[in-house]
Amino acid sequence: MTQDRNDILTVDGLKAYYQMDYFGVHREVRAVDDITMTVRRNEVYGIAGESSSGKTSFIKVLAAAIRPPMRIVAGTAKYDFKGKSFDVADATEAQIEAVRWKHLSYIMQGSMSVLNPVRRIGKTFEDFAKRPLGLSGTAYKERVQNHLERLKLPADVLSAYPHELSGGMRQRVTIGLATVCHPEFVIADEPTTALDVVVQKEVLGLIREIQQDMGSSVVFVTHDMSVHANMADRVGIIYAGRLVEEGPTRDMFFAPKHPYTAHLVASLPRIGDTTQRPALEGRPPSLAEPPAGCRFHPRCPLAIDKCKTDVPPLETVAPDHRTACWRWRDVEPLVAPQRVSEVMA
Amino acid sequence: MFSVIRDLTRYNIEFTIGMILVSLVVVFAGMSFFSPVDPTLIYMAIPDQPPSGQYWFGTNSRGQDLFWQLSAAFRNSLIFGITVAVLSRIISITVGLLSGYVGGWVDRALMFINDIFVAVPIFPILVLFYFVLRNDMDSFTLALIMACFGWPFDARLIRSVALGLKQREFTRHATFAGMSTPKILLEEHLPYVMPIIFATFMNNMLWSIGLEVTLAVLGFTNLNNPTIGTVLYWAISHSAIVVGVWWWIVIPVILIVMTFLGLFLLAVSMNEYIDPRSRLRRMGA
Amino acid sequence: MTPLLEVRNVSKRFVMGGVFGRKVVDAVQDASLTLSAEKPEIFTIIGESGSGKTTLARMILGLELPTSGEISFAGKTVSHRVGRQERLDFMAKVQPVFQNPFEAFNPLKRIDRYLESTARQFLKLKQQDDLDGAMDGALQKVGLSLAEVKGRYPHEMSGGQLQRAAIARALIPNPPLLVADEPVSMVDASLRMSIVNLLRELRDSLGVSVIYITHDLATAYYISNRLIIMQRGRIVEMGDARTVLDNPEHPYSRLLKASVLSTEDAGAGKLATDPGMVALASDAMGRPGRLVDRADGRMVRIYEGV
Repeated sequence: MTQDRNDILTVDGLKAYYQMDYFGVHREVRAVDDITMTVRRNEVYGIAGESSSGKTSFIKVLAAAIRPPMRIVAGTAKYDFKGKSFDVADATEAQIEAVRWKHLSYIMQGSMSVLNPVRRIGKTFEDFAKRPLGLSGTAYKERVQNHLERLKLPADVLSAYPHELSGGMRQRVTIGLATVCHPEFVIADEPTTALDVVVQKEVLGLIREIQQDMGSSVVFVTHDMSVHANMADRVGIIYAGRLVEEGPTRDMFFAPKHPYTAHLVASLPRIGDTTQRPALEGRPPSLAEPPAGCRFHPRCPLAIDKCKTDVPPLETVAPDHRTACWRWRDVEPLVAPQRVSEVMA
Repeated sequence: MFSVIRDLTRYNIEFTIGMILVSLVVVFAGMSFFSPVDPTLIYMAIPDQPPSGQYWFGTNSRGQDLFWQLSAAFRNSLIFGITVAVLSRIISITVGLLSGYVGGWVDRALMFINDIFVAVPIFPILVLFYFVLRNDMDSFTLALIMACFGWPFDARLIRSVALGLKQREFTRHATFAGMSTPKILLEEHLPYVMPIIFATFMNNMLWSIGLEVTLAVLGFTNLNNPTIGTVLYWAISHSAIVVGVWWWIVIPVILIVMTFLGLFLLAVSMNEYIDPRSRLRRMGA
Repeated sequence: MTPLLEVRNVSKRFVMGGVFGRKVVDAVQDASLTLSAEKPEIFTIIGESGSGKTTLARMILGLELPTSGEISFAGKTVSHRVGRQERLDFMAKVQPVFQNPFEAFNPLKRIDRYLESTARQFLKLKQQDDLDGAMDGALQKVGLSLAEVKGRYPHEMSGGQLQRAAIARALIPNPPLLVADEPVSMVDASLRMSIVNLLRELRDSLGVSVIYITHDLATAYYISNRLIIMQRGRIVEMGDARTVLDNPEHPYSRLLKASVLSTEDAGAGKLATDPGMVALASDAMGRPGRLVDRADGRMVRIYEGV
């Protein structure tokens, strides 16, 4: 796949599996099974998918944070940091260290997994950011202070311990940590899932602001579609280790071209609307034994015989909009919520 | 089950070595059931014979075939160690689970008793029992007494696990499903405690056998009953090394080292196996 | 109207710390609500973390005792400091559904254990056939069957199925009241609506009342009859779900509704919250005020000088 100058990340045919054959357990879990996509500069790319969809493994690969027994078995994930190319598939430890935090950073779910509970915030900042920034003394202090101001955090947060801060403040600190070096690429993994509604909106607004300020790209992962509706420029849906649909946010919500996306959007309850919401039968497939053909077919209201045997390729069906479905033409735009099966029968 | 053992032997060298050592000792001890001589009798053979085709381990100054002596000794010691470990497990599980789950004054009372037993010096007490009971002190009585001292540390360990389990959602769920406290403790919580039981079982065996050896070497047990300790006692009292009967000391010591090392390696490798994180680390790295 | 559940001026205060440096947390302050026995309904408690909603739920289940005020169920005071039989009688009528389906079941044990224990203790059944019948009956009500669940471990099922099994277990004693604490927040998006729809069905076809605790206003709007909104331990607004959520009056309720992310403006990135609204809501926090009735049937907390 030719690399566009405008793309900061190019993923090509990526496959990453857990392969375990020890202690009486034989399993090959195909967490990431042939994903091809790009992330452009200065955009927010939302990744939607449920637990056990493989999205967590996918971003672990992107963050160069996978370890055996999980391995990349095929494909590449190439970053282009201002001319310097960095391929996760064959990067050395030294290369990863050089890139981490300075060009590529990670906001995790649950701030307490990043913030050391027995170290003050200021010390944690030093641990993470001092070396990549390459500053010291007053220059370093100034940089950190300015950054904290931008995040609307008081300067004395540096001398506090994590447990002394509220959940919202901790998450803002985590965002600050990830962005203080102005990286070009930030991966955010469910950063607002555990937060209250009011705090969530603030934190999301903050992430958006910082992204626009720095001109970086953000890959935002969450299963909550309403967050994607308000945050992402483009959205990609991952199901059972595969990318099943990808397109501009507005199109994904008002003109989806895959039955799974259509269901995810239609099933969102809304204030002001009490009509029956559709429910999907079956359960998310196991990544160790996925169904043959299109992996969504056991639960799909539009499934035909072909879907059971042939894997639909991801093709462009509208401007900048790709989908992997044999019957994408039959997916109706759902402006008014109705039973998915009634609409599509 | 067998695939587990196969994988353990394949990937964990400690388990393999431990397994081999312990199996050798157990087989050796098991042979005592087929012993042609009664190990408690003395002067049945020519004393002070070095190892030969007739007497594989030689004979000692008391005229006993050392091979069958040691076989019986190891059998008695191993059974002793297992008895103490089993009895003290029962006490520590009961105290630990009850204390952790019920809390309140029950917890305070039990832990108070626990701490007393920790503080009391066990060795003088055992010597005291010997002087009181003299020849009535057989292996089983000693095991019982030791079991009463072997439970406090592990009870605290189990209690801390129980405290954590009390907070978990499934415990509350079980309450609302109508399960009674004993049922919850035995069926819901006990499986979580099993890894600790396993590990401490081996430790307890080592501790009790070691303590028994100490007592015996100093002469504070029934010396006619062949155990590892008593064999050493007689060897020392007959000045075996000085007289030149080296096989009386060296061979038992080799066997003791094998036993202890084997049990220790087994305990360590089982522990590692039970914790899934260290298991994955071993096969992934 | 015979009351099923009555919560009268209930407060809960937690005292932490030792002799020096005590810290007092008023988790719930002066909460009152009533559920009728004749009309089954879904009563929602909306609040964020620190609002006291979970503490209130625990008091209703009898896991905590109120510091002041009283909770009574079918005329009897709710408490855990009673004999085993009395507690069993209470549990036969009030059952919980917990937030995390994977934690609600012991990962080392089979799922049907809990169902069997419930059937044995509360329905007083002894024969295996009777027990199986009772379990299967309850599972059918939630769209599962005993064949699917028997002998399975929690990790073999999806979050949605586990939660449904948990609801089935809670239904075995035919309780008139379920207390569901954030039952869908940990369930996958594609399975979430089936559980929410199930709660609706339980009320409509089986006449079971549900106390539904959540921070998600959208699902609250979708299935509740009445609701209360709690802020820092106090009820700030209470009334019919649609009335309150279509037009919230209290500043905190307004802030909550404004913070809900909608899909109407998908792609437009509208994330700014009106700072004036935030200021009004934090003004209200911590002040006692008093609850007044309004014409449309709701109750709102108002403050002097506002």
